[in-house]
Amino acid sequence: MNNWIISGASVLGGEPADIFVRDGVIADSAPDSAQRLDATGLIALPGLVDLHTHLREPGREDAETVETGSRAAALGGYTAVCAMANTDPVADTAGVVEQVWRLGKDAGLVDVQPIGAVTVGLAGERLAELGAMATSAARVRVFSDDGHCVHDPVLMRRALEYVKAFDGVIAQHAEEPRLTVGAQMNEGDTSARLGLAGWPAVAEEAIIARDVLLAGHVNSRLHICHVSTAGSVELIRWAKSKGWRVTAEVTPHHLLLTDDLVEGYDPVFR
Amino acid sequence: MIEHLLSSSDLDLETATLVLDTAAEMAAVSGREVKKLPTLRGRTVVNLFYEDSTRTRISFEAAAKRLSADVINFAAKGSSVSKGESLKDTALTLQAMGADAVVIRHPASGAPHRLAGWIDGSVVNAGDGTHEHPTQALLDAYTMRSRLGRLEGLRVALVGDVLHSRVARSNVWLLRTLGAEVTLVAPPTLLPVGVDSWPVQVSYDLDSVLPKLDVVMMLRVQRERMNASFFPSVREYSRRYGLDAARMGALPEHAIVMHPGPMIRGMEISPEVADSTRSTIVEQVANGVSVRMAVLYLMLGGMA
Ligand SMILES: [Zn+2]
Repeated sequence: MNNWIISGASVLGGEPADIFVRDGVIADSAPDSAQRLDATGLIALPGLVDLHTHLREPGREDAETVETGSRAAALGGYTAVCAMANTDPVADTAGVVEQVWRLGKDAGLVDVQPIGAVTVGLAGERLAELGAMATSAARVRVFSDDGHCVHDPVLMRRALEYVKAFDGVIAQHAEEPRLTVGAQMNEGDTSARLGLAGWPAVAEEAIIARDVLLAGHVNSRLHICHVSTAGSVELIRWAKSKGWRVTAEVTPHHLLLTDDLVEGYDPVFR
Repeated sequence: MIEHLLSSSDLDLETATLVLDTAAEMAAVSGREVKKLPTLRGRTVVNLFYEDSTRTRISFEAAAKRLSADVINFAAKGSSVSKGESLKDTALTLQAMGADAVVIRHPASGAPHRLAGWIDGSVVNAGDGTHEHPTQALLDAYTMRSRLGRLEGLRVALVGDVLHSRVARSNVWLLRTLGAEVTLVAPPTLLPVGVDSWPVQVSYDLDSVLPKLDVVMMLRVQRERMNASFFPSVREYSRRYGLDAARMGALPEHAIVMHPGPMIRGMEISPEVADSTRSTIVEQVANGVSVRMAVLYLMLGGMA
């Protein structure tokens, strides 16, 4: 039996109301023989989607598994998570993405949608078999070398073009690698005072500027991972104003924390 | 009747049809015991080849000789050209030699156009860079017409490396003129930016296109394109865009399989498809001579 009356929840943050569930689907009237759940004081939202998770399986099951990640997601209100490709082995073949997808099915808590690597081994040199991943059981549509930037502009262009064949999207970890060699924290007054090697905003913004132009030129879909500078936001806003198909995400710590916290040299705040 | 043949878009419907009809007459000659016509006796045709292409050069040479023209083969390799002589200086030499027609194959797009401005004789583009190869398109159209009886309304797919293919460009313009409907099928990386403005349909999905075709033409895909990330691997390319026996089975009963050659078996086409009765690959070679005879005849024949 999967009939519920969820009572008293503030729906999408609005007035409290009852939510009816018949056979696991939201209904417009109270189902027969329903279980009642008192949700007074709680907020009801649709299932959330996390576009950027690292489930670490295969390879680092000591840190996280598809199952533990699924549990955490479900507890937090997420009904779907995208699993980044920097596993060991890397999710750069149909075999690995299907493995992750099956582990998600077996855990059975949320939709686990594997992200495929753009390049073989995340090495940024050769395209991975994106088409094979797209037509696999995992039906991969998002491809990312997250953790590494696809820094070669020709390779990035080809990747953006290639995924148009199956309406895919390239999710870029925007970091010009030559500008961040040895970098430890945001480059600015604080890094100068602390004597720590700086990570300049331009390292992120230069790649975003290049990639939104590429996406516009070849009319493909680009997603920017973990945007962290005001300049990046301006660039993305500009690209969207052109009608280019660009999306972006942001993390809580990039929104809420500042580099002053590094004053105590606690590496947690880098 | 035809001054130069630089692009298949130089040909209107009437002229293109005349070339194909003339080629049919030339094919009849090629079937005779004595394969020669005296039509171009005393005229000089120069084959000026800056790229190795034995098959195309031999085809033009056979065509000119069957029309009794004098043929000079001017291979760029080992000649003054490889010692740095410019195309313009070579053109002036050919002009001084009294070439009536120059058949040029060149790695740079536009070389035949430049040549046509420097000499009095006619210029035939036998393939320039990634631009055009109009006699290939004519022989392809001739082959389609002789197998299927018409060109108007034929549904033709060109599959493979359109971006780098001069054969694809020439076929697009000529088939359009002749009333066929063209679909280009390729991974997006191997289609030129701006293809939306061409008079064609575009698809990334070969399987969805096959059941609706009269003709599928497989274009050559060089392995080296893989190194420049145009596609991930030979395996993925042939799985998505190669024509194998299973895919051939999805074609309508009457549909034919073409390839301009040289083909790479196991890449864009499987051996059983290349050798099947639907394949016109050998006919295309034979038809090449007839079509090139027709082009040279219509260029030079009327002025003897
Ligand atoms: Zn990242």
